[in-house]
Amino acid sequence: MANPNVVDWDAIIRDPRFQSLHRRKSIFLWGLMTLSVVYYFLLPIGAAYYQDLFKIRVWGVVNVGLLFALSEFVVAWTIALVYSRKASQDFDKMAKEIAAEFGSSKPVREGVIV
Amino acid sequence: MVALLAAAALVGTPAVAQSGVGANYRWLTFAVFAAVIALTMYVTYLAAKRVRSVADFYTAGGGVSGLQNGWAIAGDYLSAASFLGIAGLISLYGYDGFMYSVGWLVAYITVLLLIAEPCRNIGRYTLSDILAYRNDPQKTRIVGALSTITVSTFYLTAQMVGGGVLVKTLIGINYETSVIGVGILMLAYVLFGGMVATTWVQIIKAVLLVAASIVIVVLVWAPYGFSLPGFLADVVADPKVQARVASLLGDPAKAMSAAELGQRFLEPGLYFKAPIDQISLGMALVFGTAGLPHILMRFFTVRTAVQARRSVVWAMAIIGGFYVLTLFLGFGAAHLVGSANIAAVDAGGNMAGPLLAQYIGGGPDSFLGNFMLAFVSAVAFATIVAVVAGLVLASASAMAHDLFVGVIRAGKETTPRGQVLAARVATLIVGAMSIGIGIAAKGQNVAVLVGLAFAVAASANFPCVLLTLYWKRCNTGGIVAGMLIGTIVAVGLTLVSPNLTYPKAVKAAAHKVLEADAAKRAADSEALASGDAAAAAKATKDLAALDKADAKANADLAKWANEETSFMGLEKPLFELKNPGLISIPLGFLGVIFGSLLFRDRRAEQMWNEVYARQNTGLLVSKSVAH
Repeated sequence: MANPNVVDWDAIIRDPRFQSLHRRKSIFLWGLMTLSVVYYFLLPIGAAYYQDLFKIRVWGVVNVGLLFALSEFVVAWTIALVYSRKASQDFDKMAKEIAAEFGSSKPVREGVIV
Repeated sequence: MVALLAAAALVGTPAVAQSGVGANYRWLTFAVFAAVIALTMYVTYLAAKRVRSVADFYTAGGGVSGLQNGWAIAGDYLSAASFLGIAGLISLYGYDGFMYSVGWLVAYITVLLLIAEPCRNIGRYTLSDILAYRNDPQKTRIVGALSTITVSTFYLTAQMVGGGVLVKTLIGINYETSVIGVGILMLAYVLFGGMVATTWVQIIKAVLLVAASIVIVVLVWAPYGFSLPGFLADVVADPKVQARVASLLGDPAKAMSAAELGQRFLEPGLYFKAPIDQISLGMALVFGTAGLPHILMRFFTVRTAVQARRSVVWAMAIIGGFYVLTLFLGFGAAHLVGSANIAAVDAGGNMAGPLLAQYIGGGPDSFLGNFMLAFVSAVAFATIVAVVAGLVLASASAMAHDLFVGVIRAGKETTPRGQVLAARVATLIVGAMSIGIGIAAKGQNVAVLVGLAFAVAASANFPCVLLTLYWKRCNTGGIVAGMLIGTIVAVGLTLVSPNLTYPKAVKAAAHKVLEADAAKRAADSEALASGDAAAAAKATKDLAALDKADAKANADLAKWANEETSFMGLEKPLFELKNPGLISIPLGFLGVIFGSLLFRDRRAEQMWNEVYARQNTGLLVSKSVAH
């Protein structure tokens, strides 16, 4: 186990900057997560219960169902990019700042199972 | 090098000709296989020099970059089931096959948002490291290791059996030899090269897979000027596709025009009949991926949470891009090769991709066609070996790092050398076991095992990992209860589900077919006697089809003559869902929640601040990685 005395974890949790990181991250992560799960399950639900809608041809023989399935890929990629952009511009900086202040220079004992 | 020679000898064994590469071109197949195997063995040879410490063996010393890890995750994840299986499903069932592929990508959103970064910051080598961090290390290591071994073994068995059948079909060596060949190669990579070699084999395989798919798709799609409606219009206008839809739909198809039948191939409902089954399967995929031990393990091979995030984003680009390509592989195969021809070689459609490659190259008699087939076959082989290597490494680390070092020798110092030795011994045990299981499970329907692996991962591993990371009150009692309930419910429900064979139902269906056919026979004989040439020709064709159906029904009756109940002693399924996810995932979560509330564990509470602060800041992570 890492020596708990190396870093004052409780102080980090109490720190207003960590609290703000925690809040912003939670809202962002769980928001995107809910969006992606809801959007994903619209596909099997639509395919099962809204077949008439899925069968409408919109682009030659290409129908709504096919476009919707393709849109799942676009939405998944967009969510990934939105998150990774937000994280690298925002969360990473906040985390780094906190880590720099609370991180100790004392060496951690190595070769031990964490 | 010994393993290389052994593998070459295996491949060179003369065997009964199968469908696949023609006898004249067998040398070509061996040449392509030898080239791919030689490349991976060379990489293993280089990797072996770099594997010294136990961290090198399990996690490549944390020295993998985000981009490399993204490709390796794709290589670890795109198993034969997704590479060959999804293209096959699309070629046989159209739209539903493509819809099925979506869940495999969306799964990575869960991994990206909730799992990858905290796991990198908290864990070290295994899934149990994450669970053991704030909970009782011994208890959680035991349940975590058991669950890791369970999930990996289900997945592994499916891969070994699928691989054996595939190699047998593709290049015509016998099943046992294929399984042993896959096993020995995989053992060579893992034993000598550990995670370093496994990572590179996975990267090589993913690059080959994507390259091969792009070449085929360009060749299929280019004649249409890369127009999606143009390509699909040709697919739905194809009489082979229309005939396939007609045979899937049965009687209702008689009222439909040819154009309607073709268009139906692009509409849902040809494969998935019960919507609830599909939702249940979707849940297992979307939440199960984040609980697959061999995927989680990949996040320990990068140094920081930022790199872990980058690797998932790359993996999503590669995996998603690949599934978009399968749209063209699958529909292209249905159009150019023909669904009936694909199903004739393999009822599950697994040969759609390879047969399409052969067609695109110029057909079964051309050099290029056979070269393409050989190349895709070699990629399929590399696919299986790379996935199996990842699975064996995950099981071996659970055995050696969690059970041996963490539980059996708890409190004692195990030297780094001893740990590497334990890892290698565990690898040998798991590898030998996988070959044994692969041979023992010959001829079994193992498709259900992949679904089951995902279901257990989603119902046991995922709730435990998620809640120990995000829920303050989660503790040892919750982890143990969640792991046990999730696993037992998922496995138990599958054992009483419609996936198993129920002889009584099979026999009843066979009798029904025979009775219905007898009536149709009478009608056909009348048509023959009527003297109308067109009607007579149709009747003759009908009768031939009836003979085939009757033969199958009689074979079923003979096969199950002495049995009335399933493997579990049931006459009919007790539980109607094919995938248990819908029930077992919520129960797994409830297990963790009630287990945590019922038992007190002061350490888990005290450690919460450390867990939460550390997973968000990455403090100490570089120190626990570097050696």
